[in-house]
Amino acid sequence: MSEPIDIPTADAMRTHPWLRVMVSREVWERVGHRLAEGTLTLVSHWADGATVHTAWRDPHSGDTGIISLDATNGFFPSLGGMHSPAIRLERAIRDLTGLIPEGAPDPRPWLDHGRWPGKSKAAASQPYAFLAVEGESLHQIPVGPVHAGIIEPGHFRFTCSGETIVRLETRLGYTHKGVAALMTGAPLAQASKLAGRVSGDSTVAYAIAFAQATEVACACEIPPRAVHLRALMLELERIANHLGDIGAICNDAAFSLMLTNCAILRERVLRLAGQMFGHRLMMDCVRPGGVATDIGPKDIKQIGKLIAHFYRRFPAIKALYEDTASLQDRTVRTGVLRYHLAEQFGAGGFIGRASSRNFDARKALPSPPYDKLKFDIALMFRGDVDARIRVRIAEIEQSLSLVKQLLAGLPGGDIIVPVAAQDGEGAALVEGFRGDIFAWLRTSKDGTVSSCHLRDPSCFQWPLLEAAVENNIVADFPLINKSFNCSYSGHDN
Amino acid sequence: MRTLIFKSLFTPPLTERAPKVSESALAELAAKVQTTARHKLGHSLSIRQVDTGSCNGCELEIHALSNAFYDIERFGFRFVASPRHADVLLVTGPVTTNMREALIRTYAATPAPKWVVAAGDCARDGGCFAGSYGISGGVQDAIPVDLHIPGCPPSPHDLLAGLLALMNHRLPKRIPKAARVGLPVE
Repeated sequence: MSEPIDIPTADAMRTHPWLRVMVSREVWERVGHRLAEGTLTLVSHWADGATVHTAWRDPHSGDTGIISLDATNGFFPSLGGMHSPAIRLERAIRDLTGLIPEGAPDPRPWLDHGRWPGKSKAAASQPYAFLAVEGESLHQIPVGPVHAGIIEPGHFRFTCSGETIVRLETRLGYTHKGVAALMTGAPLAQASKLAGRVSGDSTVAYAIAFAQATEVACACEIPPRAVHLRALMLELERIANHLGDIGAICNDAAFSLMLTNCAILRERVLRLAGQMFGHRLMMDCVRPGGVATDIGPKDIKQIGKLIAHFYRRFPAIKALYEDTASLQDRTVRTGVLRYHLAEQFGAGGFIGRASSRNFDARKALPSPPYDKLKFDIALMFRGDVDARIRVRIAEIEQSLSLVKQLLAGLPGGDIIVPVAAQDGEGAALVEGFRGDIFAWLRTSKDGTVSSCHLRDPSCFQWPLLEAAVENNIVADFPLINKSFNCSYSGHDN
Repeated sequence: MRTLIFKSLFTPPLTERAPKVSESALAELAAKVQTTARHKLGHSLSIRQVDTGSCNGCELEIHALSNAFYDIERFGFRFVASPRHADVLLVTGPVTTNMREALIRTYAATPAPKWVVAAGDCARDGGCFAGSYGISGGVQDAIPVDLHIPGCPPSPHDLLAGLLALMNHRLPKRIPKAARVGLPVE
């Protein structure tokens, strides 16, 4: 067991369970060392104004916290030099705030493509310097930002030896919309809307993360019925997305029967969501203070019917995957992500769990209603495309059970309470379908957000994709990429 | 696999009837597009989807168009991998400053006759992201747009109704000269 971080708590602010404290450079660097040695996991790294923050979690004790360092002189000690998962976050900090990480290993801009009027520090005329690759008979394949499918934009630079990928370097930032800046000074309702559009596939998870952080900041307790309805939406979102992913991965291996069947089930979930909550993806259905729409006995019956339908149809789909050797020939041992990398980067969601990283925010930081619900964390050990599919299959089954439990124990009462805005600060970690989403914000008593940071699970998953594709053939990249299904918009936000 | 295939032999198709052609789309097309896809290209339209910074919500609903309920291919729509193969650019998202050039280049790479459909509220004017340093505006601020399909995101039903309007409604034939040679219309 490692020693706890002894930090002064005098000027600490209570942002349960994310205690935030101002620290000295010494403590900051000590945290950097602990991240590097693996006794702490990096949860997020961002800046607001001239203060840099690092959110961390102790994987052994489960403690969490945020340290902050004053950087009014424009500099802060780089964590990326000690702990590589921080590198891209640091590059984003420099692009967005101008604060310079001293001793950073990678001085290249990241989100800044030199095109933001009046804000860019990078030069658009200068080509982005991709990492140099040396060796005999290597060739490069540039892909994107406009991709060949119905996907988000980003650039992949492959360096290959024959068919084998020697290195993949991603260049992101194409979908940067400046969400944090748009949120600054925005009324809570507008900011909540923006949070729900950071990554559309995780709109419920983002809206919950934002709402929970707001409720901590404003000391607001939401009704138990709202807590349950939020979890219901979150699990429906997880089921729908996992179905989409499983189908799409198999389709990338040219096995469209899986896609057809998964897409039918997915559509049924979305239609029911649209019918119950008024929006197929459940956008804007979660609000600070509770949820926007209630469900009635008729809806509960409909969900029951849908679950029964799943229990009839899903086992056949699962069996179809498991019994098709030609499909598994493509997925097994393809795109292996090793455990130590998953652990080092704190890989969330099915990516971490398929590489046996035992972390799920619903269990690790149990908050109602998950503390009272029974479910297992799906863990696999091989870390390949197959494992990521199987984790998703298992999670669909777990989520179906969670939906049943949530409906069985659905409390009555109100679904929303007014949030009395106050000067406060809060943070939350919510397990979306893709992994843990971190939200931190500061509210102002005039009912606006004065600062907000949202960290997508993809921030730590994109670099791992680069590691997982190494030594695979180019033709397997779509398969591996889809099995990761990182969010561009969430990462770039 | 056999079980599933046998089962599907005995279940009626899930595919639903075509939605009614969107009236608002027709009105917009009447004002803007001087000819329809069918008139020009017969019964097929190749669509190249371009995301210029969306939250990926629109993409999810565009994907849904291919599922058994909507089955967009029965109407002659096909999603293609390159703008060189496309008749229609289906653009989603606000246009981020980082994606603007890529969009203009994609448009230039699409051979005429071509149509641009801007899907979603963001594609119209930047939606809730308008005003940010990272957003250059809506799609029409970068390339000429023939049809907007509103919604956040537009439902598959709305997307289909809009695309069918583009395909089916017969309007007088007239194509801007620049569009004919495949250059971006400034």
